[in-house]
Amino acid sequence: MERLKNPDELVKLRKSLESQHRPDMIRVLICTTGCRALGAEEVYKAFKAEIEMLSLKDKVEIVDTGCQGLCARAPVLTIEPMGIFYGRVTEADVTEIISRTILKGEVIERLCYTDAGKRIPYIQDIPFYGKQKKIVLKNCGTIDPKNIHEYILRDGYAAISKVLSGMTPDNVIHEIKNSGLRGRGGAGFPTGNKWEFVKNAAGDIKYIVCNGDEGDPGAFMDRAVLEGDPHSVIEGMLIGAYAIGSKKGFIYVRAEYPIAVEHLKIAIEQARQLGLLGENILGSHFSFDLEIKMGAGAFVCGEETALIASIEGKRGMPRPRPPFPATSGLWGKPTNINNVETFANVPVIILKGSEFYKSIGTDTGKGTKIFALAGNVKNTGLVEVPMGTTLREIVFDIGGGIPGRKKFKAAQMGGPSGGCVPAEHLDLPIDYETVKEVGAIMGSGGLIVMDDSASMVEIARYFMEFCQDESCGKCVPCRIGTKRMLDILSRITKGQGKEEDIGLLKELAEVTKTASLCGLGQTAANPVLSTIRYYLQEYEELINKKNTQTSSQPSPTT
Amino acid sequence: MQKNVSSCKENSPSVDLTQCQSILSKYSQPTHADLIPILQLVQDAYGYLPKDVLIEISVKTRIPLSKIHGVVTFYSQFYMEPRGKHTIKICTGTACHIKGAPEIKKKISDVLQIQEGETTSDYKFTYKPVACLGTCFLAPVMMIDDRYYGKLTTEKTENILKSY
Repeated sequence: MERLKNPDELVKLRKSLESQHRPDMIRVLICTTGCRALGAEEVYKAFKAEIEMLSLKDKVEIVDTGCQGLCARAPVLTIEPMGIFYGRVTEADVTEIISRTILKGEVIERLCYTDAGKRIPYIQDIPFYGKQKKIVLKNCGTIDPKNIHEYILRDGYAAISKVLSGMTPDNVIHEIKNSGLRGRGGAGFPTGNKWEFVKNAAGDIKYIVCNGDEGDPGAFMDRAVLEGDPHSVIEGMLIGAYAIGSKKGFIYVRAEYPIAVEHLKIAIEQARQLGLLGENILGSHFSFDLEIKMGAGAFVCGEETALIASIEGKRGMPRPRPPFPATSGLWGKPTNINNVETFANVPVIILKGSEFYKSIGTDTGKGTKIFALAGNVKNTGLVEVPMGTTLREIVFDIGGGIPGRKKFKAAQMGGPSGGCVPAEHLDLPIDYETVKEVGAIMGSGGLIVMDDSASMVEIARYFMEFCQDESCGKCVPCRIGTKRMLDILSRITKGQGKEEDIGLLKELAEVTKTASLCGLGQTAANPVLSTIRYYLQEYEELINKKNTQTSSQPSPTT
Repeated sequence: MQKNVSSCKENSPSVDLTQCQSILSKYSQPTHADLIPILQLVQDAYGYLPKDVLIEISVKTRIPLSKIHGVVTFYSQFYMEPRGKHTIKICTGTACHIKGAPEIKKKISDVLQIQEGETTSDYKFTYKPVACLGTCFLAPVMMIDDRYYGKLTTEKTENILKSY
């Protein structure tokens, strides 16, 4: 790959790639990231071998892609241009798919998605995809993430090219501010404002960091974006770096995500070869390079000051703010930290304009949000919807509802920092503020559906156990508050609760929330408070059943 | 996640430092920021972090052993004791939890006769829980080394363990 010397050469490269594109070519898109767990790689290899054997290479292209969203049907594949979607594909199906679907255009019914007994062969007709709006995930599952050309073919790096062809850092910040983009990692801080703080902070050396330490149990959107479209994150970071005046960036990725690390390494290497990372990017005066830092297994490192300590090679413990990382971050230098999904939103805003972006969503939440839909719901997977979509639309229209004859009980949003949203709020349009009002948080977007067999006290106990285990121990309110709350919750689930326990829990929750040093402790009580708010009766029943042994575990509902 | 750090002295009477030295030689002037990557590479090579190796790292990086010990014991990824040939990571995330992970955990303990965080006496398996593997659609799920096993039942789990 030859280095691109200016923005025109990027355009030329894209045009030449477009001219090589053959619309008559059949593309079989196979998810080999999330679906790998259920044998997608074997399916991919079988396709490759069979296509080779039948000498079909000039007619059929086999592409290994990132997540296509409908993980419940894994391993999945999409055949383009027909748009046929197959799920639960095994090696044994490959020969038949080639001979019948690819060569004759026939649909193999048993591999199709089923809805109420009806087979739906085409992806555009599947309700799971119908209500989604893919902005961040537009390339995820449709391109080979290991090939930079596929990203460039879809206007990749056109946004940074636009920025370098005449936008000032202030122009960029203005666009991002005007778009209304807010942090997708949990707190929802306006991204443009954060960039402005770092740009205005004193100092020559500034850093930009991508937080890919996705530790919330039940969240996997950042994994999917890093695996399926790593260049979109790199491009977002490039634009951010230009805006704040940074030459060096870090992507902090969880150690549990080996495929994400592998794809990022390839993406960074290819971007360097094309001169999209390194000195004088696209012939401009702007230079920037990136380094991957692998996490070593500590949930608290998702907190920005703890993450900074971890990159510096120390114990990942948070410190009091201020000073905020915007003025004193990595090695004491001004540092901008955004989440993976936040960065992936940036290229679209620059390319299509902030007005376009603003037109999607609600008054306080612009754009889309990715949710990781899991638990007791038919279509588990990854969904991207405009802000303001209701929980009912996500769980029932997209998610296909609750399997079996069970009823919806609650949706747990925001993981251990979030809360349970009961059925009475199913019609709530979701954005940062509305979710907060009902006692949960948007968080990173984990959405776990629970049916009526779930014990809410047990769920509260479960999250408290998690927070207590992951508490770094630095500040007393979190270290001891989580421990005491866990003790009480464990006692209640064992049927040994006391009448004063609920009052005590509320008091402890308040103190832990107010006095803890970082987000972990400040939000650790949310699952308790939200379950007391909506399911007080369950607490009381367990306490009143005092001394009678009840199971501390929920019944399995598979 | 408690670690048994006291057993450090028993496990490494004579550790060959060559691999560690070759990893360290790639860093001409290692800084504190290189510590975690160095530990990760060294652990990949040795399977765990023997005490002699930590001393060697301390000497070469000029980072006090106490600081290194602090880092090693903070992160759940690092081990100071030899691990089993295979590492079982059972996901205890929310989706897995409500879909029956507690029963699977019990089954693994029953079959292998060890508790979470322990290694079997024949050093075949090390068993540890992880907060979330990020594959909630496979719930309940576990990983053995780099391989995922999803939609587990107690019966399936037993068969998988026996196949190793």
